[in-house]
Amino acid sequence: MSKYLVNLKINNMPIAVEEGTTILDAAKKLNFRIPTLCHHPDLTVAGNCRVCVVEVKGAKLLAAACATPVSEGMEVFTNSEKVRIARKHIVELLLSEHNSDCTKCYKNGNCELQELASEYRIGDHVFLDLVRPESKIQDISSPSIVKDDSKCIRCQRCVRTCTELQGVSALAVVHKGDQQKISTFLNKPLNEVVCTNCGQCINRCPTGALTERNYIEEVWNAIYDPSKFVVVQTAPATRIALGEDLGIPVGERVTGKMVAALKKLGFNKVLDTDFTADLTIMEEGTELLTRLKRALVDKDETVVLPMMTSCSPGWIKFQEHIFPELLDNLSTCKSPQQMFGAVAKTYYADKINIKAQDMVVVSIMPCTAKKFECERPEMRDSGYQDVDYVLTTRELSMMIRQAGIDFCKLEEDHYDSILGESSGAAVIFGATGGVMEAALRTAYEIVTGREVPFTNLNIQPVRGMEGIKDASIKIKNVKPEWSFLEGVDLNVAIAHGLANARQLMEKVKSGEANYHFIEIMGCPGGCLGGGGQPIPTSPEIRKKRAEAIYEEDAGMPIRKSHENPEIVEIYKQFLGEPLSHKSHDLLHTHYKPRHRY
Amino acid sequence: MEKNLKKVDIIFETSDRCTPLEVLEKTLKRSPDDIILDLIDSGLKGRGGAGFPTGLKWKFTRNETSDVKYVICNADEGEPGTFKDREILDRVPEKVFVGMVICGYVVGAKEGYIYMRGEYNFLLKGLLKKLDDFNQALRKRNIDFTIYFKSGSGAYICGEESALFESMEGKRGEPRNKPPYPTVAGYNGKPTVINNVETLVYTTMIFHMGAEKFKELGTKDSRGSKVFSVSGDTPIAGIYELELGMPLHEFVNEFGDGDTKAVQVGGASGHCVPRKKFNDTIIGFEGIPTGGSMMIFNSSRSMYNVLHDYLEFFTEESCGQCTPCRVGCQQLLKGIEAVKRGERPPSYLDDLKKLTATMKIAAKCGLGQSVGNPFNSIVDNFREEIIY
Amino acid sequence: MLTTETLVKELVEKNGRTRNSLMPVLQGIVREQNYLSDEAMICVAKELDLSAADVYGTASFYSFLDTIPRGKNIIRICKTITCHMQGKDDIVNALSNALKIKIGETTHDKKFTLLTTNCLGWCHKGPVMLVNDEVYPELTPQKALEIIEEYAKKTVI
Repeated sequence: MSKYLVNLKINNMPIAVEEGTTILDAAKKLNFRIPTLCHHPDLTVAGNCRVCVVEVKGAKLLAAACATPVSEGMEVFTNSEKVRIARKHIVELLLSEHNSDCTKCYKNGNCELQELASEYRIGDHVFLDLVRPESKIQDISSPSIVKDDSKCIRCQRCVRTCTELQGVSALAVVHKGDQQKISTFLNKPLNEVVCTNCGQCINRCPTGALTERNYIEEVWNAIYDPSKFVVVQTAPATRIALGEDLGIPVGERVTGKMVAALKKLGFNKVLDTDFTADLTIMEEGTELLTRLKRALVDKDETVVLPMMTSCSPGWIKFQEHIFPELLDNLSTCKSPQQMFGAVAKTYYADKINIKAQDMVVVSIMPCTAKKFECERPEMRDSGYQDVDYVLTTRELSMMIRQAGIDFCKLEEDHYDSILGESSGAAVIFGATGGVMEAALRTAYEIVTGREVPFTNLNIQPVRGMEGIKDASIKIKNVKPEWSFLEGVDLNVAIAHGLANARQLMEKVKSGEANYHFIEIMGCPGGCLGGGGQPIPTSPEIRKKRAEAIYEEDAGMPIRKSHENPEIVEIYKQFLGEPLSHKSHDLLHTHYKPRHRY
Repeated sequence: MEKNLKKVDIIFETSDRCTPLEVLEKTLKRSPDDIILDLIDSGLKGRGGAGFPTGLKWKFTRNETSDVKYVICNADEGEPGTFKDREILDRVPEKVFVGMVICGYVVGAKEGYIYMRGEYNFLLKGLLKKLDDFNQALRKRNIDFTIYFKSGSGAYICGEESALFESMEGKRGEPRNKPPYPTVAGYNGKPTVINNVETLVYTTMIFHMGAEKFKELGTKDSRGSKVFSVSGDTPIAGIYELELGMPLHEFVNEFGDGDTKAVQVGGASGHCVPRKKFNDTIIGFEGIPTGGSMMIFNSSRSMYNVLHDYLEFFTEESCGQCTPCRVGCQQLLKGIEAVKRGERPPSYLDDLKKLTATMKIAAKCGLGQSVGNPFNSIVDNFREEIIY
Repeated sequence: MLTTETLVKELVEKNGRTRNSLMPVLQGIVREQNYLSDEAMICVAKELDLSAADVYGTASFYSFLDTIPRGKNIIRICKTITCHMQGKDDIVNALSNALKIKIGETTHDKKFTLLTTNCLGWCHKGPVMLVNDEVYPELTPQKALEIIEEYAKKTVI
């Protein structure tokens, strides 16, 4: 349906925009930037910080540009005297309730409030300091997220993120007036509430009120410790986003530079989580086929379908809290990060002749929930904590800057071997639909002996940013041993962002949905939009990152997990076959129900 | 043209000539458009404080296309110094109900809600009984309209119409962005007329006595009369229905204790008028409008304490979502304390006055926008009392 | 006495299983139990399919929806300037002394909580207080003490 065009003037320049456009967006079209704080492209409009106020001719009140739709004949001024005074006042007010000790802040240099304060040259502002001493006590209960109320400006982006995007609502606005703040149920620490550690709130916090729990110093200490052999693994989605924090445009792949940087930082071996992503496909694909066989052939009623992926630790904790009755649907496969840790401290340690207790496994992850995951008591199958430290993509960029490495000028380097080889199927784990696509590429071929019937192996129906996708693939002309799958329509669904996952789970629970296999990623867009990725994020940024991921896949010589020679090798030498006894010991796990409220 | 103080008896009138149900029956025989014309002609403006023309509100809502619309009676009377709605609901609730039904008939709504502040819950028992009887009377007459009751729970801001909708929807009472206005998207996102208790009674009475008679009262900008809540240093505190457009000195002559120093017109969010301005202050939309609160202070009172009380009130009752209001209120309160203690120079009051100018134009709703009213009028007129 | 779970279920049954019922449900709990316990808020969250934080966030917005334990009788004295001018402090002091608690506190026997509140709408007849839902205008310290004594007598813990 075409919309009416509305004519208006902004700073005396005429423009026509679609009905319903906000003043903010109309101004953007004329290249007038109006500052914002509570506004975020992923979230509903709040209109509560008021820094975007503009003057509308004839109106007594200033209008919040983010929340006010244009109207015919409107004349807007984005930088009039009234606007400037008001905006400066508002920034000063925000600073007066904000712990402005910027040099000691983790977000120093990457803070929207700091930028605004600098833009408006707020020097010694006049107002009284309202920061309460008790608000300076940080909540460090969570291994993933640090909450510092003294930095909070009540823009409520985190609350909207937790509710609208993630469907969790662990955070809420509580109390009113001067007591109003952002908190949890009964102000409990984050590790005691339904927080999934997804970190999406961090990605959208304009200040340092919500940040990742960082382990930079611990990792430096390990690197400097001569008695430690420090190996690092990099998740698929880090290589398409790290550059954003280091002066490289969004959507540019930096795989080789990242490897080079990691080597320069002093890691003993630079390895790839993509390797264990391939391993995950072997295990999870086989698990799916096994479940299907037990259900269809053996008529085993204890088999639970649909099977659901288990790579995303935010999603796992969400499921443990919100849908504990569906835990048996989860694949028992550990996430690629944890498979890596378990294999590194056993198979790999043996190979390179290093004692597991001397090995430190560091992960570079697009994710904050991975920090929680590596500390789970189940994740010690090597006899030690399988993964010692998890750094986000952002933390890695900080280390690279600390080390004085000119990232842009780095020569590309290659992952070390073994545990460094991977396929295109592994790298697409970083995008929503990627695990599904990777699994289908392998499973279909196992069953039929032929490649998936899609041009260039690109399974388009499972790609894209739609919140919930589904697809059906007909399995034909199967190999004799898979005859029970002949003619079966394999029904799959994919959701990303926990609010979408929640919707899909409700359908599964009610029996309305009839799928065999479901992929869920906790974060919008999948890992490429993870809570540990460079800030800012937006639908546009995530789209570019996804394009980069699929480019990376297309350029890989090997596109299917089962064709990764190091995978073939590890089964031959160590694991035997997928779902073997050894696999079960090292690569599979179990889940525990948690409280929903 | 100066008027004299004139006491009126419309709101609480309960003569035999006029039972609310008779007014209802009579009015429902007329066409909705005719009723709206009458209401617009009467010049009735909202009696909650904001003063939007009631007839236009009904007309806009009538013009909206929607399967569901609502009529809501705003009985969240929380403005300090105001107690008229309580009195009305206690004494003549049927007149309120009838106003709601007529409004429903005009705009095409079948459901009405009364949102009353929790502080008045002691009225509930009697009120619910009367409401029950009234709903039954409607059913008996085959009038397809039902009135329901909702209680507040101690939040001044819920008197702001969009905050009231939020509260009715089970949420924090945080005002919404406007537009859209309630006539387009109010309760449950549906077109909604929301009127103050007193406004609804006036609609009933205008349909009873005719717009012409109503217009005889008041001035060009402020038609009719209004119920005032008179309190403070007065020997005759209470509820009075007075013609609008009266000069303040007449009011002080009638109600003051002979030593009146200032009158706070319109409650904590209103304006403080000092003695020297009594003569040229008109109470009405052309002068100082009021939701009805008239607090009288004599010369024994500290205006610092008065302002401090108001600012404490706003600091607590701000919903907290928007910066100018949440932080601004705290800065004003702590600011006058700092000046009083000598920690900030007297000139800091001028910085705070500039801040109120920003709050007035940049806050999200009427609460933050109006804190400057008491602040400036008290600081300007009683500066010494604030400083020393 | 009803268990919290039954109480919440009944209230939800009566008011409807939608978000719009949240206020009446919370009000109903406070009427029975004087405040919203953790358990009660969790029950409400469960019944209305909300998060516990959301229920807490909403409740804490409203000063009559207490989320900390309160006495059987909640005294709310109006603190607005007009009541102040008519001797509100004397009432507060008298009750505070008699009950041996400060504002915001609850007596040891859990019979009374003493609070102040914003304008109660009785400025012409101040000072005024609410005890639970009942209103008592035109107070004197003596009158206030008598009223409280009556409540003390009829309150069984």
